[in-house]
Amino acid sequence: MILDARIPEGPIEKKWENAKFGYKLVNPANKRKFDIIVVGSGLAGGAAAATLAELGYNVACFCYQDSPRRAHSIAAQGGINAAKNYQGDGDSVYRLFYDTVKGGDYRSREANVYRLAQVSRNIIDQATAMGVPFAREYGGTLANRSFGGAQVSRTFYARGQTGQQLLLGAYAGLSRQINSGKVTMFTRHEMLEMVTHEGRAVGIVTRDMVSGKIESHAGHSVLMATGGYGNTFYLSTNAMGCNVTAAYRAYKKGAGFANPCYTQIHPTCIPVSGDYQSKLTLMSESLRNDGRIWVPKNKEDCKKKPEQIAEEDRDYYLERKYPAFGNLVPRDVASRNAKLMCDEGRGVGATGFGVYLDFADAIGRLGKNLVEERYGNLFEMYERITGDDPYTTPMKIYPAVHYTMGGLWVDYNLQSTVDGLFVLGEANFSDHGANRLGASALMQGLADGYFVIPYTLGNYLGSEKPEKLSTDHAVFKDAEKSCKDRIEKLVSIDGKRTVDSFHKELGLIMWEHCGMARNESGLKKALELIPALREEFWKDVKVPGSGANLNQSLEKAGRVADFLEFGEIMCRDALTRDESCGGHFREEHQTEEGEALRVDERFSHAAVWEYKGEGNEPTRHEEPMTFEHVKFSSRSYK
Amino acid sequence: MSRTMNLTLNVWRQKDSKDSGEFEKYTEECKDISEHMSFLEMLDVVNERLIEKGKLPIAFDSDCREGICGTCSMVINGRPHGPWKKTTACQLHMREYKDGDVLYIEPWRAKSFPVLQDLMVDREALDSIVQAGGYISTNCGSAPDANSIQIGKEISDAAMDAAACIGCGACVAACPNSSAMLFTAAKLSHMNTLPQGKPEVAKRTIAMVEAMDKAGFGNCSNHLECEAACPKDIKATVIAEMNRGYAKASLLKR
Ligand SMILES: Cc1cc2nc3c(=O)[nH]c(=O)nc-3n(C[C@H](O)[C@H](O)[C@H](O)COP(=O)(O)OP(=O)(O)OC[C@H]3O[C@@H](n4cnc5c(N)ncnc54)[C@H](O)[C@@H]3O)c2cc1C
Ligand code: SF4
Ligand code: FES
Repeated sequence: MILDARIPEGPIEKKWENAKFGYKLVNPANKRKFDIIVVGSGLAGGAAAATLAELGYNVACFCYQDSPRRAHSIAAQGGINAAKNYQGDGDSVYRLFYDTVKGGDYRSREANVYRLAQVSRNIIDQATAMGVPFAREYGGTLANRSFGGAQVSRTFYARGQTGQQLLLGAYAGLSRQINSGKVTMFTRHEMLEMVTHEGRAVGIVTRDMVSGKIESHAGHSVLMATGGYGNTFYLSTNAMGCNVTAAYRAYKKGAGFANPCYTQIHPTCIPVSGDYQSKLTLMSESLRNDGRIWVPKNKEDCKKKPEQIAEEDRDYYLERKYPAFGNLVPRDVASRNAKLMCDEGRGVGATGFGVYLDFADAIGRLGKNLVEERYGNLFEMYERITGDDPYTTPMKIYPAVHYTMGGLWVDYNLQSTVDGLFVLGEANFSDHGANRLGASALMQGLADGYFVIPYTLGNYLGSEKPEKLSTDHAVFKDAEKSCKDRIEKLVSIDGKRTVDSFHKELGLIMWEHCGMARNESGLKKALELIPALREEFWKDVKVPGSGANLNQSLEKAGRVADFLEFGEIMCRDALTRDESCGGHFREEHQTEEGEALRVDERFSHAAVWEYKGEGNEPTRHEEPMTFEHVKFSSRSYK
Repeated sequence: MSRTMNLTLNVWRQKDSKDSGEFEKYTEECKDISEHMSFLEMLDVVNERLIEKGKLPIAFDSDCREGICGTCSMVINGRPHGPWKKTTACQLHMREYKDGDVLYIEPWRAKSFPVLQDLMVDREALDSIVQAGGYISTNCGSAPDANSIQIGKEISDAAMDAAACIGCGACVAACPNSSAMLFTAAKLSHMNTLPQGKPEVAKRTIAMVEAMDKAGFGNCSNHLECEAACPKDIKATVIAEMNRGYAKASLLKR
């Protein structure tokens, strides 16, 4: 496997411009001769499909939901970063670049991050032009808020529904292209197989989730924007249908998978209430702007009501330990500290796995109305779920799996190690290193879809002139057959255990051994438990119904089967990365104060896994990460 | 301590769009339900028990389970999304119910929403309305600086109020005429209120209203059931706004 990042020449500020100038172009009349497959209709896929169609390409776009507008990007609450410096508080492209590299704990590619910061400004312009109702000041200009890991206010937002509004913007653009006939939309279609021919991506195989029909789709290039794999843990803030299947199928066809162990645990989620729990709900990070996090100083107070605990008996531990950033430290730091408090026995709530997020001060300082204006919908959501009113009693929160920085490896052009397969959005590994800063995923998804892929895909098509195969070709027929065989196998096992019971068990293994804190012996144990569970799954799973019609159990079974393989790769990656960095915390590598310790001499690289066939261990490759601009330092938020 | 309950569920079961469907009653599978479960988690538990007994689970749509994607869609005791105001089915929690309660759970019922299986329906008709004109025709890359258009906070807030629609279709399910007016009008209000959307107001309004009729949705006869069922508090005043806009646009067109 060759990992050529194809970073353009020139000083960092000029790289993107130089690259664009050097790219081959496809003339307008020829664009309509190219058929592009886009899997995913979230911010990354939706923006890409709409923009490529505007340029004249023929696009087929796929999603598993019943409408492209329901992709999980819709759930993003807090906001989107951009280096506009509208507040005049010292922000710049360079500062956003710097914060992102540092926040990612020096494990991302500088050139990519710089480009992201550059195009971030265009995103806000584009979204506004398309009718995204970003929050405004009374004077009519755009409003900003601050987010974790930054000391400037660069986050744009639309109430607590930023992802929804940005996605509706992309969806509007997509709808316009569907109307013009340039995009054919396939909803309730799940990609089950990636098809390659002589090392090139030539198409996909999907299952029509209503009729059960297995179908092939051929194109000149395939774009995957299928989101993250947080649901490997069963419980996460992801939607029920989020999966690794699309990315994993590409991996099995030769696409390298980078840094699978990098998962982000979000500090502010509603704690688990029981074993029936199906997902976890995020309370936006923006709440940390005004909410104060604390636990009781004394264990004995944990079972008391919060109002019975005197001010001097409260430990505002983030403010105490990190005076410069306080409650706004990056996510990994905030999450780990919540775990530390609960492990010390100072957690609150029925399970003892919770900390308080308190708005009493904010309400005193700003008044209830302003707090309501800023966070009203989040408070309502919290009350619906828990039955508690955050205006009068502090919220209880606990960290939960939220985002995956790992993903399919891509070069500067967003092309994977398979020619013609491009990967966008959360599904790729590119810009966030070992930890993503808040409000940067929306930025990256839209940057990839609106502003990067239209150029880099043109370069691929213009210079490589790929052929489109017929779906009658043997590579498609073989892929269809393998999908059908697998479905047949799943429904014919007829064992005793439900799909969910396996998924929950896998989730517990992952959370215990490959969650917020990891160590060698735990990871080795997980590497024994997972294959055993997988074996049991293929012997004893019960999938009622057949493959010939709508069958939700079958859909889940296919996804869980892939999680059961992928979880092992996550653990393997976590075990070989013998250092702590960002969201990957190895207990063996920490300072006396419990901060993460990187081992730059050995691990300043992306680890990229190559599939080596059924039953064989995958091979680990490395793409070195070098830092010319942001000098290594240990991250300090004190 | 947390409370548990035993329930009786009458659930609409329908194999596919051709099947006629009927209610099926469940009691054994609905015992010991915790008050902390969400409504959909209760259905998950029932489904696990059905599968263990070798029966087919109840098919229902959901994805985000936090009230924003608009996927979940079921009528609970005659009310789309159930009894809580401004709340989707996925956010409804079992503390609403007590031991011995009897529930009826059905899919959205509307001619334009064919049932696919059990509680799942096809809502592509809503997308067809947006495809007809629910956008601002601007190509990527040509946008001016975002702050070059100043938009008063009141206007931007009003657009946001309408833009909050999650496209769930509860308004259609609640309406005796299966009208999609609240949905269509919300979409129009969002785009037509903003300065960026002004140039296409007439074209957009006519295209979307016509697409709505073409998709087979009924008319509005002011029952206002839509507003009561809407989980995102979209106000029926947007419908009047749309009707005025449509009349004006039709005049211009002539
Ligand atoms: C609760 C929550 C809040 C968040 N808040 C923020 C925030 O405030 N700011 C921020 O920057 N980021 C936030 N994030 C992160 C951010 O929302 C996501 O990383 C981003 O939206 C992902 O976009 P995407 O386009 O890559 O993927 P998605 O939006 O997840 O889209 C994936 C698409 O792929 C399709 N798909 C997946 N698998 C298949 C398959 N096998 N076959 C066919 N189609 C498939 C899906 O149907 C969907 O259309 C949040 C995330 C969550 C979960
Ligand atoms: S108007 Fe309300 S009920 Fe109708 S689709 Fe939108 S959110 Fe749902
Ligand atoms: S499942 Fe997303 S709104 Fe209910």
